[in-house]
Amino acid sequence: MRDIDSFTALNRFGMGAGPGDAALIGGDPRGFVGAQIVPSAGLPAALAGFAPSATMIADYATARRARDGSLRAVNQRQFEAYRDEVLAAAALAVTTPAPLRERMVRFWANHFTVSRSRGPIANMIPAYVREAIRPHVFGRFADMLKTVVRHPCMLIYLDNPSSIGPRSASGAVRMRQQGLETTLNENLAREVLELHTLGVDGGYSQDDVIQFALALTGWSHGGLRRGGGEEIHGRFVFVPRQHEPGPKTILGRTYPEDGEAEVPRILDDLARHPATAQHLATKLVRHFVADDPPPQAVARITRVYLDSDGDLAEVTRAIAALDAAWADPLAKVKSHQEFVLAVNRAAGNATPQVPDLFRPLRLLGQFPYLAPSPQGWGDRASDWIGPETVMIRLEWAHQFAARRAGGQDLRQAFDATIGPVARDATRTWVFRAPSQDAGLTMIWTSPEFQRR
Amino acid sequence: MLNRRAFLRTGAAGLLGSLAASRLAFAAAPTDNRFVFVFLRGGLDGLHALAPFADADYHRLRPGLALQADQVLSLDGYFGMHPALAPLMPLWQDGTLGFVPAAATGYRERSHFDGQNMLENGSGQPFGARDGWLNRAILGLNGGDRRLGLALGPAVPLILQGPAHVQAWVDEQLPDLDEDFLARLAQVYQADPLFAAALGDARGAPEPDMGMGAAGAQGDRRAFSVAARAAGDLLARADGPRIAVMELQGWDTHTGQAWRLERMLETLADGLRTLADRLGPAWAQTVVMVGSEFGRTAAQNGSGGTDHGTGGLAMLAGGAVRGGRIAGRWPGLNDAALFEDRDVLAANAYEGIFKAILIRHLGLTPAFVEAAVFPDSRAIAPMEGLLR
Repeated sequence: MRDIDSFTALNRFGMGAGPGDAALIGGDPRGFVGAQIVPSAGLPAALAGFAPSATMIADYATARRARDGSLRAVNQRQFEAYRDEVLAAAALAVTTPAPLRERMVRFWANHFTVSRSRGPIANMIPAYVREAIRPHVFGRFADMLKTVVRHPCMLIYLDNPSSIGPRSASGAVRMRQQGLETTLNENLAREVLELHTLGVDGGYSQDDVIQFALALTGWSHGGLRRGGGEEIHGRFVFVPRQHEPGPKTILGRTYPEDGEAEVPRILDDLARHPATAQHLATKLVRHFVADDPPPQAVARITRVYLDSDGDLAEVTRAIAALDAAWADPLAKVKSHQEFVLAVNRAAGNATPQVPDLFRPLRLLGQFPYLAPSPQGWGDRASDWIGPETVMIRLEWAHQFAARRAGGQDLRQAFDATIGPVARDATRTWVFRAPSQDAGLTMIWTSPEFQRR
Repeated sequence: MLNRRAFLRTGAAGLLGSLAASRLAFAAAPTDNRFVFVFLRGGLDGLHALAPFADADYHRLRPGLALQADQVLSLDGYFGMHPALAPLMPLWQDGTLGFVPAAATGYRERSHFDGQNMLENGSGQPFGARDGWLNRAILGLNGGDRRLGLALGPAVPLILQGPAHVQAWVDEQLPDLDEDFLARLAQVYQADPLFAAALGDARGAPEPDMGMGAAGAQGDRRAFSVAARAAGDLLARADGPRIAVMELQGWDTHTGQAWRLERMLETLADGLRTLADRLGPAWAQTVVMVGSEFGRTAAQNGSGGTDHGTGGLAMLAGGAVRGGRIAGRWPGLNDAALFEDRDVLAANAYEGIFKAILIRHLGLTPAFVEAAVFPDSRAIAPMEGLLR
């Protein structure tokens, strides 16, 4: 790798630098990044063949309803499918010639976090990402948002199937029979406003949360709801008897009663809202420029988002065109996932296995799709680097190097990864290392490698 | 090779042996008083942990969720503990466990993330400071040796982040690196303050065990118990840390609250008992505070759960606590008493409890606390009568 911009193209905008990556870039790092922003690329071959979420939900729900002990086997099979797809996506990330797409898939999957912490859907999250996130990373934000909110995994994760309009047919009965104050569940409505669209300071009130929750009543799926005798198919369903009748007023705009059609209208308006633009731009600039996003860069990306009506290809292009995104190649720290994948890519490990991925991430506290809350993982250096994690990164990298040393030339490994950005001290100590695996460990655990 | 987790399970020996050889550094501490903050992330439903079971409004608001008189462990005829907290009853009886109901920070919105951030940064507003108030408190305890703080788990939570060096302990590790390699690496890290500081805090005696075994998910009951055990053993040491933070996720009970909280509260009770047992004689000098970013709606929602609310609960345990009593003001649950017609009113300020602990227990001066730890808190007095 010849220059600092190549380092940035592969690390800030990619999934790390590997042995063949200099050739991939040629002499034009910014062109290499821009050329990857192609709206619809279809599902990568590496991810073809994994089951749709609807099939997984239906299998799970059928086994659960049967009460014949088959649920355990279904669970085991689905865990294996989850593990295999996470490994396949990792293999893709460490080999793809278009790593920006993989970075954006991970960025947006984190923005729209669904976590394994909620039982039945734990193993279906790779399918959710494949179906709701991946097709839209260079498409329109509104389309991603609408697909996500409609997806059974998100509906289940944020409890929407059990939210019932208090004045709906089902709700009125329950209110009366059970003496309830409400039959609503605000969870999904609040997190869509706070986390997915407007942002916590985006100007919505508790009333807006409730009104949006009312509009969302009836948004459900055919499968995992308990007690229902409904048809099991694992796909989205709208349940009219649970839907709150009447108009809903959100952020000052009134949406007339229109059943299933209300929410997409609301989501379109939320996607277009200036607070959403500002919120997304801030997160994107934090991801691609600095932990403390420079206001001018945020303003620029907000503008592009609004002018393009939330076209994420345009937005991503605008980010890659920010001079600030190329100014300091070491401004950001790699998350644990980014670090582990980058070590695999640097080592040319084209098919990472469990010990190359799940084990270090479990120790480091970033097990795949196990974010502690709907907010997802953080995106600041302090989220990743502390006394314990710095040592776990070291010890795992050391073990990984010991397993893989041999055949990798230290000079080439150095040049291919941190060459253009390495400090003199790093260079000195890497080449003074007492063994090849010590040298590789030192490259991979250098601050330069751990940054992006 | 023995996995640390397996090692603990066999019970063949105490934790102390492996801790002694771990990478935690020890030093003389300036105070013998201990403080542990247990952060329940997600919003604990105070009305379910400490139920006002004799209150008619409570049953009206929660027809399918309220705990009945024959379910709770009555404390004073009005409030009762959830039965899953039964292991803590002896602490209540010997006066080392107390509760402050209707308690919360000054945060009045309903975002987990802003609420947690504000509780941790101590500035009086979400994202008002980049470091944590407990870290700033450590700076006031001893300028000469700051190795007082301990985080249990791989990540240091914001409440403990900041200029004071703190340590982290996690219950499984990889084969360690030799000192020579670490010394070389320290040279490489020298120019990068973030990595240099982290490595500096981590370096200590080499780690003997080879753990690559299965670990539980976050929030796992055994993981909390193991962390409590480690915290107890470390805090009990004469040369150990004095302030620790433990975290437990999973309190955001929008659905299925009855059975979820039963499991969570069992985990909590088990961890607190473990902590008390392992602290041994040092329990007498300990305050444990259990808190959460906010409470939940007074009424149950449509899913057998509760949504984000305001006034919650603080639990205080330890030999230095004046327990056996429900402290603070209780606003009640009638329509006029609810905050914004839906939440338990936050009648008691977490900040007042924090300040009482920092000043009366850890010995910080009020001036330091109000200048550096909770800069916007002069209006909130340290809560009286909580500690011995």
